[in-house]
Amino acid sequence: MLHSLLLVLLIGAIAWGGATIGLASLFGVVLPYVAVVVFVAGVVWRMVYWAKSPVPFRIPTTGGQEASLDFIKQAKYDCPNTTWGVIQRMLLEVFCFRSLFRNTLGEVRVDDPVNKGPRTIYYSSKWLWFFALMFHYCFLLVFLRHFRFFMEPVPSCINFLESLDGIMQIGSPRFFWTGGLLLVALLFLLARRLFNQRLRYISLINDYFPLFLLLAIVGTGICLRYFDKTEIAQVKVFIMGLTHFSPVGTAGINALFFTHLTLVCVLLIYFPFSKLMHMPGVFFSPTRNLPNNSRAVRHVNPWNPPKQYFTYAEYEDTYRDAMADAGLPLEKQPEKAAE
Amino acid sequence: MAKLPTPQTLVSSRPAFPDKAWLDIKPEFAPGSYCYPAKKETMELLHMPNPHDWDPAAEDWNLPENWEKILCDAFEERLEKHRSLKLFMDICVRCGACADKCHFFLGTNDPKNMPVLRAELLRSLYRRDHAMLGKILGKKVGARSWDKDVVKELFYYAYQCTECRRCSLFCPYGIDTAEITAIVRELLHEVGLGTHWIMDPVKNCSFTGNHLGIQPHSFKEIVEMLADDCETVTGIRPKTPFNEKGHEILFITPSGDVFADPGIYTFMGYLLLFHELDLDYTFSTYASEGGNFGSFTTFNMAKKLNAKMYAEAERLGVKWILGGECGHMWRVINQYMGTYNGPAPSNMETPVSPYTGTVFKNAASTKMVHIAEFTADLIHHNKLKLDPSRNDHIITTFHDSCNPARAMGLLDEPRYVLKAVCNNFVEMPENTIREQTFCCGAGSGLNTEEIMELRMRSGMPRGNALRYVQQKYGVNHMACVCAIDRATLPPLANYWAPGVTVSGLHELVANALVMKGEAKRTMDLRQEDLPNVAEDDDDAAQAQGEGQ
Repeated sequence: MLHSLLLVLLIGAIAWGGATIGLASLFGVVLPYVAVVVFVAGVVWRMVYWAKSPVPFRIPTTGGQEASLDFIKQAKYDCPNTTWGVIQRMLLEVFCFRSLFRNTLGEVRVDDPVNKGPRTIYYSSKWLWFFALMFHYCFLLVFLRHFRFFMEPVPSCINFLESLDGIMQIGSPRFFWTGGLLLVALLFLLARRLFNQRLRYISLINDYFPLFLLLAIVGTGICLRYFDKTEIAQVKVFIMGLTHFSPVGTAGINALFFTHLTLVCVLLIYFPFSKLMHMPGVFFSPTRNLPNNSRAVRHVNPWNPPKQYFTYAEYEDTYRDAMADAGLPLEKQPEKAAE
Repeated sequence: MAKLPTPQTLVSSRPAFPDKAWLDIKPEFAPGSYCYPAKKETMELLHMPNPHDWDPAAEDWNLPENWEKILCDAFEERLEKHRSLKLFMDICVRCGACADKCHFFLGTNDPKNMPVLRAELLRSLYRRDHAMLGKILGKKVGARSWDKDVVKELFYYAYQCTECRRCSLFCPYGIDTAEITAIVRELLHEVGLGTHWIMDPVKNCSFTGNHLGIQPHSFKEIVEMLADDCETVTGIRPKTPFNEKGHEILFITPSGDVFADPGIYTFMGYLLLFHELDLDYTFSTYASEGGNFGSFTTFNMAKKLNAKMYAEAERLGVKWILGGECGHMWRVINQYMGTYNGPAPSNMETPVSPYTGTVFKNAASTKMVHIAEFTADLIHHNKLKLDPSRNDHIITTFHDSCNPARAMGLLDEPRYVLKAVCNNFVEMPENTIREQTFCCGAGSGLNTEEIMELRMRSGMPRGNALRYVQQKYGVNHMACVCAIDRATLPPLANYWAPGVTVSGLHELVANALVMKGEAKRTMDLRQEDLPNVAEDDDDAAQAQGEGQ
């Protein structure tokens, strides 16, 4: 845990220091190009790696009633048997975190008055679902908001988003609730890992690092807006330069901006080699993205091995006499088989 | 079998989490924590790779000399064959939503029984060879190398998972531990490690047609004895067609139901139902096994054992196959059969109920229908005369078996039937039924005696839920649609909720079934007296007379 924190701080410090001693173009120009290339190539590479392996069996986890008899109601979203149904199931999974919504908390009691003995009780537990959803949606909105730096003129939908985001009209510059909630959600996810014994036991540096990295990104972002304010107009010119492949000078932009940018670049570079690949990965998941119709439509396995089994002929050869004695029908009567 | 601790002791004796990191802890093979190993001869007979004698409790497992290369190559091969495996190795975020969804974890509190950590056992090996950061940074990012203790650990935990898929329901990415466990078991079989309780039935099934190794003439004899018992109860001796060609339907059910109490009563239920319907069907002594213990070893073994169903359907010229009540059998049939051994033989047709005309479109390709679907349809169309009051002495609940629930979605069909044949039906708590059902604790080939305490632990969530409805609503019976359940739930109920009996669905159907020309029922299929007989209308006067 501590290692991840130190690592993130170190990355931040290097970027800050670098920008201060005049290496801003290294962190502001070279790194972003490298990061975007690594991100895109890395994600594609991993998706191709997955896609190269076939899906030999149709193995959806059925989350409800199958489609069977007319008078039995199918759970259309949790147990779809058509492509359209699967699309709906995937949409629910991706946009609403359907599976996580089921989450429960099991409490084992040694002596329960109702059971007169041990009892396990399952409480609904939506906190993880709630904060995970909050994190992802806020991240998405913050990401979209940043398009104001990438596009000229700024599309009206981005302006609209911004006005919604600042709707509470607190402070100047206006407080964007997405940034604040993002921070809250990240802190919840981190606290879970630290204070829940089970979580702490399974957590790796691979789990803490992205959390601290995101916290640092959000933290620097918030600072850039409210505290160590950056020169927005210049940043926009700078970013437009990057997107048009004609980088401009970095003069007049504070070091914190380059720290923020560097952390984002590290996230992009780290992404394809980490658990963050759950983003494209969820679309590949065969327990979710396949219809439960393998009895109605045959699924073909490209490496299906040839059939090898103990055939009926061999079986009858082994047991013919006993079968004849028992009066079981035979392909060949014993006297015929003996010939 | 060692004496079991009391339920309270069992629950309170679950150890706290260890202080050491999981990578530094090695499993202890104490008696009762592992299944006995498969015999060398069994493995040889089945042409399994690297058969050898070994003992899980011994220090040295006599692994083949190049075991590490075999395992690495086998792992690589599985990655190339299964997209699911690559994906499940890559995308877990360790959110921990799966942790307390696992019955083994709830019952043992062993952190490595959290599905996430069970997968991490393999994932750590994957990282070393197949993930960029793992290759570079090694142990720092949770990568580790193979060693013999790792193999032992994989064995230990691959057989403390019943492949029930409950965790995969809650996983936001659908990571399926059953898939991972199945593949770990495949890898272990590559170096000759299997368990006796699984491989012996596999051997039997391979060469006699069923797990119990019942030979054709004995199979016939046993079924005829059950038919005799049916006659004792109903006055009607149902027909028992075997290996006959030219019928419309081939009926296949787990062999456990031919052999073991209380499965035999479910089997008698089938016989009576089919007789009453005058169903045009046959049994097969060759394809006399619905279950598939091969599916607990390797995909290929599952395919091999499953192949007999279509082969026999073709030889006998049937139009479709009706399948009995079984859990993992239906996982194989619903999700694998068509892929393994399809397309169905050309003599087969989309199943149509001969009584209601219902076309089972959901089985259009495999041509195989679940008996709960079949019977629910009959009841819906009023094709059965039922007297549910004959089951009035029971207050029943229903245990959803993992595989029909989460690998098929068969939830309401059995309930529809159950409610039609029983007047008193109570559901267990909502997070323990339907798609969220808890395993009996001994599926996927773990239903062996030597791990009885472990089974009671893993069966704790189910046992607790049963106890709850027993204490609160007076439930005294649990119906299920799985042969392994019928074998494993009685000891589980006996331990966690003594006094609750267990039966298959069709035992209750046959109890309630009013058959043409039957004798007056005074007994249920278990030949126990029906308590409400004297209250029957036609006999009321007579009973009164006798009383005077």
